[in-house]
Amino acid sequence: MELLGQQILAGIATGAIYACMALAVVMIYQAIDHLNFAQGEMAMFSTFIAYQLMLWGLPYWVAFPITLIVSFIGGVLIDRVVFKPIHDAPILSHVVVFIALLAILNSTAGFIWDFTVKSFPSPFGSAPLFGSSLISAHQAGMIGVTLLLLVLLFVFFRYTRIGLSMRAAAANPASARLVGVRVGWMNALGWGMAAAIGAIAGILIAPVVFLEPNMMISILLYGFAGAVLGGLTSPAGAVLGGFLVGIVENLAGTFIPVIGGELKLPIALMLIVAVLVFKPSGLMGRTVVQRV
Amino acid sequence: MSTLLDVKGLVAGYGGIPALHGVEFNLEEGGVTTLLGANGAGKTTTLRALCGMIRARGEATFAGKRLIGMQTEDIVRLGIAHVPEGRGTFTRMSVEENLQLGAMTRRNGSDIKQDIERVYDHFPRLRQRRAQQAGTLSGGEQQMLAIGRALMLRPRLMLLDEPSFGLAPLVVREMFHILAALNRDEKVSMLLVEQNASLALSLADTAYLLETGRIVTSGPAAQIREDEGVRRSYLGY
Repeated sequence: MELLGQQILAGIATGAIYACMALAVVMIYQAIDHLNFAQGEMAMFSTFIAYQLMLWGLPYWVAFPITLIVSFIGGVLIDRVVFKPIHDAPILSHVVVFIALLAILNSTAGFIWDFTVKSFPSPFGSAPLFGSSLISAHQAGMIGVTLLLLVLLFVFFRYTRIGLSMRAAAANPASARLVGVRVGWMNALGWGMAAAIGAIAGILIAPVVFLEPNMMISILLYGFAGAVLGGLTSPAGAVLGGFLVGIVENLAGTFIPVIGGELKLPIALMLIVAVLVFKPSGLMGRTVVQRV
Repeated sequence: MSTLLDVKGLVAGYGGIPALHGVEFNLEEGGVTTLLGANGAGKTTTLRALCGMIRARGEATFAGKRLIGMQTEDIVRLGIAHVPEGRGTFTRMSVEENLQLGAMTRRNGSDIKQDIERVYDHFPRLRQRRAQQAGTLSGGEQQMLAIGRALMLRPRLMLLDEPSFGLAPLVVREMFHILAALNRDEKVSMLLVEQNASLALSLADTAYLLETGRIVTSGPAAQIREDEGVRRSYLGY
């Protein structure tokens, strides 16, 4: 029983990584109605920017906001330069561009910073929390930041006019234009915000998994799993889903002998398939009720 | 009365196939003008062209401003509220959020709150359902919501695309009562597109008859109602 409790706690700690990523995934899904496959690489690239700034001698708390701003601008630029021109193209064109973006960011990062594994500092320190070896101060800090982000996003989308405009632009662009919402800029803003949240995720994840161009590939899959499990339309669901994926992964790895460490990733993928088959709207996603 | 909207030689279409071949009409400030015509005559296309949803050529002057070539978002800011075919409801949002979206171009928060209450006064059913997801409303309620959303702009001109479409006769009657009241009390000018000609002529003061992308007849609503051809083709008596 004690082992179970410990593994759940460890699962929550890992889950914080996925929750953070899932939040970024849902964020962009809300803004543009697509899953962004390049989300992980964008986060990785942002983390390298923070790394570079610190290499140049900037302190952590200066590098952090600069990275967020640069990432935000980068996200807006990606929308304006790449996605606005193909806005009316079929979804497959978008998918291809997402994958291209993924490959470009990955190899550019490899070209600039090479593929060796680098350590990345944590603002919370790496000491164990309360002397427990299961969850570190950094992981606890990460859980806190993820929950704080979630609250901020909730307030933004629910109670601000610009948040309402963004939701309208994503849900029904034609109608949004007819009430005067500048839909193009709302998409750009969504990209910027998703990029900035991705940057936060990357910066928090890097101290755990270490910094290198491929650091995000499996984490993005877990993030997708978390987002799908919680419901793509619900930021809170995504965070919950992220934690659940972490817990399930840990428990399965511990208690089902054949799974061990090797088969953890397929669990995330099986989870995606299972949710899509049995409850496509996810745990907390809103089922759209519509009269026809 | 002065001319609020003046349309000359309006040409527009879909994918290179023109649906309008030089549509001409004008609309008096404070008036209700209706465009009548059969399916495919170009009524909806005309409204879409006027608010920049499709590319168009020709002249369309609204209160001295040329609309052709302007972005939809900017046309809305001139005070033109389009109540589109299919109502354009934001189905996943609440009724009240839909109304707030209608006022997206305005800044004064307390004015907006008052206007939401005013819309609820016009449509008490919406007040009862203010927190409900808009997609779950009945067809009539969604049409009321669409009109309410348009009112939130404090429009000078409302473009109404088939407000009677798919609604029960009693609901349609209620709807047109409200539209008449809005025109009278709030001084909103209206451009009304309808298939139900006798209904449209009862509300409008001026009527134009559209056939395959051209205006073929026009005049005061009362006179059009007596027109032999219109009566036979559109009124059915």
